[in-house]
Amino acid sequence: MPFRPFLFRAAVLTGSLIAIGGFAAATFAQDKSSDPAAGQQPAANAAAPAATDEEKPYHIAADGTVDWSVYNGFRRYNGICYVCHGPDGEGSTFAPALVNSLKTMSYDQFLDTVVNGKQDVGTANDKKMPALGSDPNVMCYINDIYAYLKARSDGAVGRGRPPKFEKKSEDYAKAENACMGTPG
Amino acid sequence: MPRLLRVSGTALALLFALAALPTVASANDDLLKLEKDPNQWVTPLGNYAGTRYSALKQINAQNVKNLQPAWSFSTGVLRGHEGGPLVIGDTMYIHAPFPNTVFALDLAHNGKILWKYEPKQDPNVIPVMCCDTVNRGVAYGDGMIFLHQADTTLVALDAKTGKVAWTAKDGDPTKGETGTSAPLVIKNMVLIGNSGGEFGVRGHVTAYDTKTGKQVWRAYSMGPDADTLMDPDKTTALGKPVGKDSGISTWQGDQWKIGGGTTWGWISYDPETNLIYYGTGNPSTWNPVQRPGDNKWSMTIFARDADTGMAKWVYQMTPHDEWDYDGVNEMILTDQKFGGKDRKLLVHFDRNGFGYTLDRVTGELLVAEKYDPAVNWASKIDLKTGLPVRDKKYSTEANGEDTNSQGICPAALGSKDQQPAAYSPETGLFYVPTNHVCMDYEPYKVAYTAGQPYVGATLSMYPAPGGTNLGNFIAWDAEKGKIVWSIPEPFSVWSGALATAGGVVFYGTLEGYLKAVDAKTGKELYKFKTPSGIIGNINTFTSNGKQYVAVLSGVGGWAGIGMAAGLTNPNEGLGAVGAYQSLSQYTQLGGTLTVFALPD
Repeated sequence: MPFRPFLFRAAVLTGSLIAIGGFAAATFAQDKSSDPAAGQQPAANAAAPAATDEEKPYHIAADGTVDWSVYNGFRRYNGICYVCHGPDGEGSTFAPALVNSLKTMSYDQFLDTVVNGKQDVGTANDKKMPALGSDPNVMCYINDIYAYLKARSDGAVGRGRPPKFEKKSEDYAKAENACMGTPG
Repeated sequence: MPRLLRVSGTALALLFALAALPTVASANDDLLKLEKDPNQWVTPLGNYAGTRYSALKQINAQNVKNLQPAWSFSTGVLRGHEGGPLVIGDTMYIHAPFPNTVFALDLAHNGKILWKYEPKQDPNVIPVMCCDTVNRGVAYGDGMIFLHQADTTLVALDAKTGKVAWTAKDGDPTKGETGTSAPLVIKNMVLIGNSGGEFGVRGHVTAYDTKTGKQVWRAYSMGPDADTLMDPDKTTALGKPVGKDSGISTWQGDQWKIGGGTTWGWISYDPETNLIYYGTGNPSTWNPVQRPGDNKWSMTIFARDADTGMAKWVYQMTPHDEWDYDGVNEMILTDQKFGGKDRKLLVHFDRNGFGYTLDRVTGELLVAEKYDPAVNWASKIDLKTGLPVRDKKYSTEANGEDTNSQGICPAALGSKDQQPAAYSPETGLFYVPTNHVCMDYEPYKVAYTAGQPYVGATLSMYPAPGGTNLGNFIAWDAEKGKIVWSIPEPFSVWSGALATAGGVVFYGTLEGYLKAVDAKTGKELYKFKTPSGIIGNINTFTSNGKQYVAVLSGVGGWAGIGMAAGLTNPNEGLGAVGAYQSLSQYTQLGGTLTVFALPD
């Protein structure tokens, strides 16, 4: 598989997001010449729960089955973000507990911080959040990560791997491949 | 200089000519002498052979129970303190994690500070360090102290004053390249390896001139022969020539360019054969499905000529890694009886759970046995082919992307990580700090972006079945490939061991105990709880004729990341942190040096 450069379409995310259905979506496209309508389906957006609100961007069934978005958010979060923010969003001495942060942080603020990073370096602190806006492993799944953390923050999902989860849908897989620039 | 000078006229004339000159011994000659002096501790692993053995015996199995702290010193830095102190003459050199402070301490005055050096580094390097902002120590040679900073800068400091002599930049942190490993000085060169296997960094070892900082050679872990410094005909793998561009042919397309195989462990050196030995780390990404092939030469033991870097032999332990079993752990060089004959051996306790014994001259594989009975990803290693016999059930490749493979032993932390083992020539045994942890591993698709994480799996870790202990401290017979005794520890033993002629072996625990055990039986003789968990390596030396034992405590690193992460919620939870969560009930962060001695 050749490594193709990703083009981050929404370069400056603050306030200029491609917002669909109430959700901002980061889009990666590996092929500039492709038909924008077909080639740039934002996976993150496709994966996001249709619902209305960023207040409850997850679905958890009565028997505890979480939607794919939450499950995938768990996997992606605990593959990358946890190094600083601690497993399951519990926080660390390097970085704040996102289970707390998301109680007050808006979706836009969340996205802004992920995309552009943050710095608090001085005599007492050496905290540094990298700008992840160019990382497809984060940005293609940012809504999943948000859904997972929001569910954690609301206490709707506990620590560790959600034991029961919905399967990945075909639409999701398609959009994921488009965003990640990988063949199915 | 050859050891047997034939007494001819010319030789004599030369000898006289040399005698007339002021001493210009190379750093190597100097170090070869110094490493034989047990009163000092001049290289990170105590000597070039990496045995972490000391001939000192004032402290022995009878009196070690009277040991007590003599003085202590705060590094002023939180986070994980790996590595250990050096002692040259009556000066001790210690280091800290990021910001990588270095202190020279006067041993004659209970550690009075002779000088302090703190580099100014871009904090952007912090989030690209995978497993805490650790550093494994400084090196000494040529009257200088060499520090390998987090941002990959190699800096030479005047050992007497701390003044910077030169700096060299080894890599680019904006691409995820970082520095955590301890340098090693050989002859007039200082060698360092790189870190960043979780960011798609291509591993290499580089030799710099100790006087100028100019690059002498660089050997990559993968790529064309010109990069890997391999000779298709003369470099061998288990006795057979490796062939042309072996560092490319087992990769798909250009994947070798971001192939990992970083070199963040320890380097050993055999002055007789002039070969250096080290291991390479995991291939990038952690998702095996995405990188078909053996991924050579990740997960490999390398033997290279010290002067040129040319590879003499290689042995890939875990072809096509599926579990993050980096091969970087220390290579311990011993001269031992094997099958009744004197052999020059290399003993290596790999992350993959097998203890390997090889002929270090030829690279012949002699023994490969599990040093933790829990290991299940492979049933054994075929000594002829060198290949592990894998159990499909635990193959994250066979189970595939988006499948959570369960119950794999060991966990990605390995049956042992970088914490170096010790060898005592008196008992003929190896003393090995180990992990006893298993995992679930779910690989998934990732895309590569320079400087961004390139991991591709989520892991959960927990104690191996049938118990709750996360670690053991073991004594190992490398000829038989057998555990001689084993001490269960509640947490992973993440501290470098020390063996001494006094019949005592020392190690540290994650709760913070420094422990002394009987080298023959493993019986506990002494313990003392230091201010924080120990992930540093223990050393010993003398000052004013008296033997001391020293260790840096300061919990963190990978095992302690939950601690370093400041987790306070000890109930459920999985992951490495889950397994180590209750650690916060025993210890807290903070870097401290503790120096022990017998009462006067």
